[in-house]
Amino acid sequence: MSDGVQTHHSAPAHGGDVLAETEAEVIGTSPIERTAAGEALGPEEELLTINMGPHHPATHGVLRLLVSLEGEVVRDVKPIVGYVHTGIEKNCEDKSYWKVIPFVERMDYLSYFSNMEAFVGCVERLLELEIPPRAQYLRVIHLELNRLHSHLVWLGTSALDLGAMSMFFYCFRDRDKVLDLFEMSTGQRMHTRYFQVGGVFEDIPVGFERNVRAFCAEMPSRLDQYEAILNANEIFLRRTRDVGVVPRQRLIDLGVTGPLLRAAGEPWDLRKVEPCLRYGDFDFKIPIGTVGDGYDRYRVRVQEMRESVRIIEQALDGLPEGPWIADDRKVVLPPRDELATSMEALIHHFKLVTEGYRVPPGEAYYAVESPRGELGCFVLADGSAKPARVHIRDPSFVNLQALREMCVGGYVADLIQNLAMLDPILGGIDR
Amino acid sequence: MPDAPGLELIAQELDDAAGSDSVLGTYHEHGQACLIVDPERILEVLRWLRETPGQEYRFLASLHGVDYLPAEPRFGVVYELLNMPRVERLRVRAALAEPGDDALPEIDSCVSLYPSAEFHEREVYDFFGIVFRDHPDLRRILMPEDYVGWPQRRDFPVGGEPVIFTRDEPDMPRWYE
Repeated sequence: MSDGVQTHHSAPAHGGDVLAETEAEVIGTSPIERTAAGEALGPEEELLTINMGPHHPATHGVLRLLVSLEGEVVRDVKPIVGYVHTGIEKNCEDKSYWKVIPFVERMDYLSYFSNMEAFVGCVERLLELEIPPRAQYLRVIHLELNRLHSHLVWLGTSALDLGAMSMFFYCFRDRDKVLDLFEMSTGQRMHTRYFQVGGVFEDIPVGFERNVRAFCAEMPSRLDQYEAILNANEIFLRRTRDVGVVPRQRLIDLGVTGPLLRAAGEPWDLRKVEPCLRYGDFDFKIPIGTVGDGYDRYRVRVQEMRESVRIIEQALDGLPEGPWIADDRKVVLPPRDELATSMEALIHHFKLVTEGYRVPPGEAYYAVESPRGELGCFVLADGSAKPARVHIRDPSFVNLQALREMCVGGYVADLIQNLAMLDPILGGIDR
Repeated sequence: MPDAPGLELIAQELDDAAGSDSVLGTYHEHGQACLIVDPERILEVLRWLRETPGQEYRFLASLHGVDYLPAEPRFGVVYELLNMPRVERLRVRAALAEPGDDALPEIDSCVSLYPSAEFHEREVYDFFGIVFRDHPDLRRILMPEDYVGWPQRRDFPVGGEPVIFTRDEPDMPRWYE
């Protein structure tokens, strides 16, 4: 199953108005046209504007949608966000660089390793710090495990939105195995704070490689099972095929990245085009879709999971020996065992923990491919031990702008499907 | 990324095309190129970078506000442009001065060129109080609509808001309004 490019059907996408395709007879012109013509409508003829959310099980968090309906057809969608805004970017300006890492992790709470990598990579770019190869490989392994984790949560919850209850339990079973692996290597299941400026916090423990390999050996067959449940499922196909199609160029104009853009046929993946870390060392493919409907989005993500498994296996095969963190004592904490014998190490440790390291003035932008698209971090350093500005370009925040174009003209039920396939994480949107 | 001479070339051509002194400065650091431009000409600059053959920065990766206090001009609106076929990034920073008298700094909205800027510009308005002219729907996006102040400015204190509990009701009657 290493076939990168899929073609599943070639039916033309309608992308338009569902009412135009039904055989039902429409009496008169639509209320929209009549209101536009200046006609006053009766109360039952007007558009009905309702609230979906903020507390709605299908909005994947506290997202509020103002939906204008004509009967069952969506005429307008306005996303209202900000319900879990916690001022993380502002707080980051008040913390020294190494204390910012746990903050940015909690933005997009399903792809914490990507958030960490965006921030840590940006600071490394400002410091012009080279990190050792082993650290780069360990980061790749954790980033790809994180992608599996994120996509599994997405698959379980999205299938649940479309009525496939069992998928939720299967996906969360496998997702829990990823969390067990994180717990083994980092000590935490979520929000691990594993990446440090200069490398990673700790080398992987004995047995981690064996467990990851066991997981990687099992995962493709699990994905086969999931695809067997969903790929040819009549309900799933009817709910997802040809729904929510937005042309590729329009998606690019709207700033959409990640699996949504790739499902529309654009082979854009920062791991390939702008490889950070050592992604250039690995042989993997970029799955793309042909139509750009919900079904393509689902297929692209599932295929991405297979590619992630391949990357992890290759990274384990080629894992270099050596240090897992850079040897720059002005930035990196000295090894624990040196503290008892070396005065210099103790001084450095004290200075780094109390004051933190200073980053030379400058600004940088560093982007990684998170499970949802381009996750960019902008850091402005003013020469002190605290960043003067941290901004995260979160992919969910930008992708959410495409929701309106996916939904208008479709049914309310398709709105749920579109939102599920959009995969927004509200922690990342609101930050 | 354009290298340092490439950046100077872009700046030169931009000055010729979009009017002289539209580019206020350039810098190239950490392998990244940045143009500092006049905020009054931002639309012409962005349109030139987007449409000119050979440039074609058609993807707006990110747009964010920065407060450079105590530097002058104080604010920056930073556009991270991307040319997808060449995989080249270019940063454009509009240097905005504070107008004084509690007025808000203003800049033209680029939603007509890059539709993805809509949420980004609302966010910058929300946090820095930078007004984007001709933005289709300029409202606060993450903070509550009735919020007063521009929280990401550097002179806005962290934790500057009093935490109000119901036991304070006698001291602050009807605080919840």
